[in-house]
Amino acid sequence: MSLLTLIFILLFYAAIAIMLVGLVYKIRLYAITPTPLRIPTTPAPTTRSGVIARLFFEIVLFNSLFKANKWTWLFGWLFHAAMLFVLLRHLRYFTDPVWGWVSFVQPYGKYGAFIMLFGLCGLWARRFLVDRVRYVSSPSDHLMLALLIGIGSTGIGIKFVTGTDIVAIKAFFLGLIYFDWQPLPTDWLLGIHLVLVVLLMIIFPFSKLLHAPGLFFSPTRNQIDNPREKRHSSNASATPAGRNW
Amino acid sequence: MIDFETPVLKEYPIIPLIQPGAMAHSKPYVARQDLQEKIGFPGELIDDWQDIAIKKMGELVSKSRALLVFLDSCVKCGACTDKCHYFLGTADPVNMPVARQDLFRDVYRRYYTFAGRNFPKLVGAREFDREMLDLWYSYFHQCSQCRRCSVYCPFGIDTAEISMAAREILDTIGVGQKYCNEIIGKAQTIGNNLGLPKPALKDTLEGLEEDIEDETGVKVRLPLDQKNADILLVTPSADFFAEPQVDGLIGYAKVFHAADLSWTLSSHASEAANFGMFIGSYENMQKISMRIRDAALELGVKRIVFGECGHAWRVAYSFMNTLAGPFDFLDQSYPVPQHICEVTHDLIQRNALTLDKSTNDDRVLTFHDSCNISRGSRMGNIPGGQFVIPREIIKATCNHFYDMADDTIKEATFCCGGGGGLLADDLIELRVKGALPRMEALKQVVENHSVTHMVAICAICKSQFSRVLPYYGLEMDQVISLHQLVGNAIVLGGSKQNSLSANSDVKT
Repeated sequence: MSLLTLIFILLFYAAIAIMLVGLVYKIRLYAITPTPLRIPTTPAPTTRSGVIARLFFEIVLFNSLFKANKWTWLFGWLFHAAMLFVLLRHLRYFTDPVWGWVSFVQPYGKYGAFIMLFGLCGLWARRFLVDRVRYVSSPSDHLMLALLIGIGSTGIGIKFVTGTDIVAIKAFFLGLIYFDWQPLPTDWLLGIHLVLVVLLMIIFPFSKLLHAPGLFFSPTRNQIDNPREKRHSSNASATPAGRNW
Repeated sequence: MIDFETPVLKEYPIIPLIQPGAMAHSKPYVARQDLQEKIGFPGELIDDWQDIAIKKMGELVSKSRALLVFLDSCVKCGACTDKCHYFLGTADPVNMPVARQDLFRDVYRRYYTFAGRNFPKLVGAREFDREMLDLWYSYFHQCSQCRRCSVYCPFGIDTAEISMAAREILDTIGVGQKYCNEIIGKAQTIGNNLGLPKPALKDTLEGLEEDIEDETGVKVRLPLDQKNADILLVTPSADFFAEPQVDGLIGYAKVFHAADLSWTLSSHASEAANFGMFIGSYENMQKISMRIRDAALELGVKRIVFGECGHAWRVAYSFMNTLAGPFDFLDQSYPVPQHICEVTHDLIQRNALTLDKSTNDDRVLTFHDSCNISRGSRMGNIPGGQFVIPREIIKATCNHFYDMADDTIKEATFCCGGGGGLLADDLIELRVKGALPRMEALKQVVENHSVTHMVAICAICKSQFSRVLPYYGLEMDQVISLHQLVGNAIVLGGSKQNSLSANSDVKT
């Protein structure tokens, strides 16, 4: 086994560990932190199923963003939806035999990368062209987009330009999963692609990528509007101080 | 007072280009030592303010899922950047909701996150130094906590939560805002924001009774501290004598009278407003809410009804059950609490009121949705009832009603510019500029539909508009109370009403 393969094996294990531990820690923290008061942004659903529907539309269609700004919505939604396709397509490197629906998505999914890049470039353009967005962007906001564009464009490069030994790649990743380590093909474009992915995984729990789990825990979106019918209480404030009833 | 130029009303709303520092000079008067101490905060900036502020920040975040999630989740997408009325009116980029939040978020990241501790420049993390403290004091008092940004944020991030937390931290280190903290003290000791003691309140109400009788010939009562009345009415103290609020109070009294409902005001809880919310202080908000519970128990009422006040209704509807509940001693066949608009609407639905729309024929009306009612509460049984019910009441009491542009009403409504504890004279520039988006929408219906009056259901909105309308070339009395319309249209007297006015239930 080459040194390069060994390094990538260690990198991936470390990245997975950091991402999982970090996310579990964060999500647990979100879950156990009290919600002292009822603060849904109204009009809000008055039932649990209504809240599920509200979150569904937020997550799948970016409902609020659509209301806010059509360009940001267009670029943002295209990027996320295309990324989902691309991620699903990548499942074929981690499953054997490949699930039927993954094989079905695969031929369409590979074009998703172009849409993903289009969306990302649009979002980045806004950070330069719209004075308000330029004002609120910090270096990390630009670097995050650069990172994602790097991942997308190296992926496209591998798929449509240089090509690579995908049988060996699949063997490498299955080897990672089953602790039966296999060599990684020596391909510099693939190497860059994978290093960037590892980097993304590592920064996930430390960065604004936490918006993904955050959305599920946002009290303004996930609370039911029924404070008169049901008395809301939270660990910290169940009964008024100094009173017992 | 500072000189400033009233913004020019444009034909169509335009998002301004940013002007850094445009409102950096705006800051309210700092609360005096005695005002601070009265409500449990240090009298002046404490010596170790930096450490205490940072510690308090950690404590607040650990107690609020909203803060924790909001601070982590912002992706700086820019969706909120053109949604704040203060940004639209001042062009100061720190008045963009995300930039305002970042004053808090950047400090949080510096002290409480891995990225901010190790790579502050990369993620824009900043120290909590004297300069930052001044920025906080200035810009967290340029947020009216109206929640408009939270409607448009893809993650529901609510700048109101962050500005409340920031103000609580400022109070904790001894830098409070005079206007809010003085009022909170009065509400907690005297019972209302205006500091109106019981004898004065009694006089005022008797005066109003005489006025109504002079005008209508009908004896409509405004009872105070009447034990065993069915309804405790809790209303903003501005309703007792400020114009146009007082006409709303007369309207409520006429509704109760016409519907033969037994009701009372309380001198102990003679205030619906709860400025504890504005400064993010759970304890102070709870103390003020408890006065209402105590008054309800003391008077032995069956129902609690709130008068026209925006943030008061948010606290009452969304928080009071948590802060001062459970209210199991009240009649559970009515919602607790109820809004006066719910009561009036219900009576109209049941044909229990006789209304003569033509009495309001000299007016062409539009309706200003109050921010806290629209985005922080509800009326009635269905989501959005807070938009339907007031409009149905207006339409039942007048013949000429036109809504303002869709993106300025209902959940998209603009704050009046004076909410969130900013209705102070020392912030008049901010108030005038912050009213710009509403004034533009109003101007449109004035020109297109000859609208003469804007109806409001919030004491702060009413005071704010009375004050700023003249800056935009309109008259101060062009804002009116919703229940003023009702009071005008309601037909008292007639055989039914005559027998009701002598109802034994409301006699002392």
